[in-house]
Amino acid sequence: MDKIYLDHGATTPLRPEVLEAMKPYLTDFFGNPSSLHAFGREVRKGLEEAREKVAAAIGAEEREIVFTSGGTEADNLAIRGVARAASARGNHIITSAVEHHAVLDTCLALREEGFDVTVLPVDGYGMVSLKDVEAAVTDKTILISIMLANNEVGTIQPVAEIGKIARSRGVVFHTDAVQAIGNLPVNVNDLHCDLLAVSAHKHYGPKGVGALYVRKGTRLKVFNFGGSQERKMRPGTENVPGIIGMGRAIELAVHELDEKAARIKTLRDKLIAGILAVGDVRLNGHPTERLPGNVNVSVGYVEGESLILSLDLKGIAASSGSACTSGSLDPSHVLLAMGLDHQTAHGSLRLTLGAGNTEEEIDYVLSVMPEIVSRLRSMSPVYAGQRRD
Amino acid sequence: MYTEKVMEHFTSPRNVGEIADADGMGEVGNMKCGDIMRIYIKVNEQDVIDDIKFRTFGCGAAIATSSVVTEMVKGKTLDEALAVTNKQVAAELGGLPENKMHCSNLAADALHKAIADYRNKRAVEKTDLKETAQ
Repeated sequence: MDKIYLDHGATTPLRPEVLEAMKPYLTDFFGNPSSLHAFGREVRKGLEEAREKVAAAIGAEEREIVFTSGGTEADNLAIRGVARAASARGNHIITSAVEHHAVLDTCLALREEGFDVTVLPVDGYGMVSLKDVEAAVTDKTILISIMLANNEVGTIQPVAEIGKIARSRGVVFHTDAVQAIGNLPVNVNDLHCDLLAVSAHKHYGPKGVGALYVRKGTRLKVFNFGGSQERKMRPGTENVPGIIGMGRAIELAVHELDEKAARIKTLRDKLIAGILAVGDVRLNGHPTERLPGNVNVSVGYVEGESLILSLDLKGIAASSGSACTSGSLDPSHVLLAMGLDHQTAHGSLRLTLGAGNTEEEIDYVLSVMPEIVSRLRSMSPVYAGQRRD
Repeated sequence: MYTEKVMEHFTSPRNVGEIADADGMGEVGNMKCGDIMRIYIKVNEQDVIDDIKFRTFGCGAAIATSSVVTEMVKGKTLDEALAVTNKQVAAELGGLPENKMHCSNLAADALHKAIADYRNKRAVEKTDLKETAQ
């Protein structure tokens, strides 16, 4: 069997149609879109068409789209931009314990600067409570930032409801929708959000490009200075081939959403049921309110990195929230926030499905899983201890 | 990111298991950082490690270092085994990634604990024998 890619939450392959759309902008159409001459004008045209596509995909207007270098920059621009613009009105920011580090660390950095940051807890499924959101808002609150769908455990937050709360209290609402595009319907009006971050490489576009939706009338104070690109919100010559690719990728992602999501969800549920059948395995995240391609489990008595290495030796690409893979001494902040103990968090395994995965691949993964788990358990002192009990 | 030798020990670890009537056992690590290593030794009258086994919960480096340390000291005297350092264990594997040097490279510590456990027990036995003789 060929290698099996089950890490679409990390990144996705570039679609051939997207590459085709980008090619002319890597070769013939090299002009600077800010130039007045013909070379610049033809590139400007492509850039604005891409903007239309991104806007259409999320129910926004073209002028509300700011292209960035990716999801992280979009989150930074949104959060720091609002914090600086609204600091005269208040200094309170609300976010959640399971946000991507692009949001969480940005908020915590603002706390160092004197902002008052509330990090809302989540329940055992990784879900934020609307009551908590409601109760946290004060007359000093200037921003709420809650993600649409979690990158690790796939839990889908009640973002539309949070958006309503924010609007009724006159608070700006930002959502990181990086994992949602191409997996869930995303419409800025249905979600009642003022800011929304997206990243192209999570939906079969190129790396190094993303966008921030900025609702008309939302004030951001920028922190990068230079040219007048992106209405001065993101100065610097645009990553034109990337933006063209993003436009094509998001257009395809939204067009194929229903068919793809339904197919992947079927494979996901088969994979979850099969892994749970190994025994002493728990599902992390919500059983139904979850991304169609996300599987996150904790395999009892074994450690996540050794699982990933073992799967890799069988040609299967996966990820984990164990400390070894988080780049710190602690396991995933998301799993710990959900109340998992360290052992369970260290034993987490994330398999994220995408458009290219087949049922044969899922069958193969399930055929090798019991042997991998039992080999690692046979080496594990905690498993041996468990058996004696 | 791992050397071939690390992967070889990860896929075919030596001396996995427990020794039911071990002369010494050493455990290091904790669940907070995600590594627990347990080493069992059997020691003969010449103070030589006759048999050694391990069980490890942890990443690839944790498993490979546990495995290779058992290979390094099997048949060695306790003093020779005590001279083995975590650094030497990593070197024996052709090196470890920098971020693994501290958290997952504890196999020599587990071995030293097993030896200390053995020596403690023997000291107690000797005292017991003396007391019985008196």
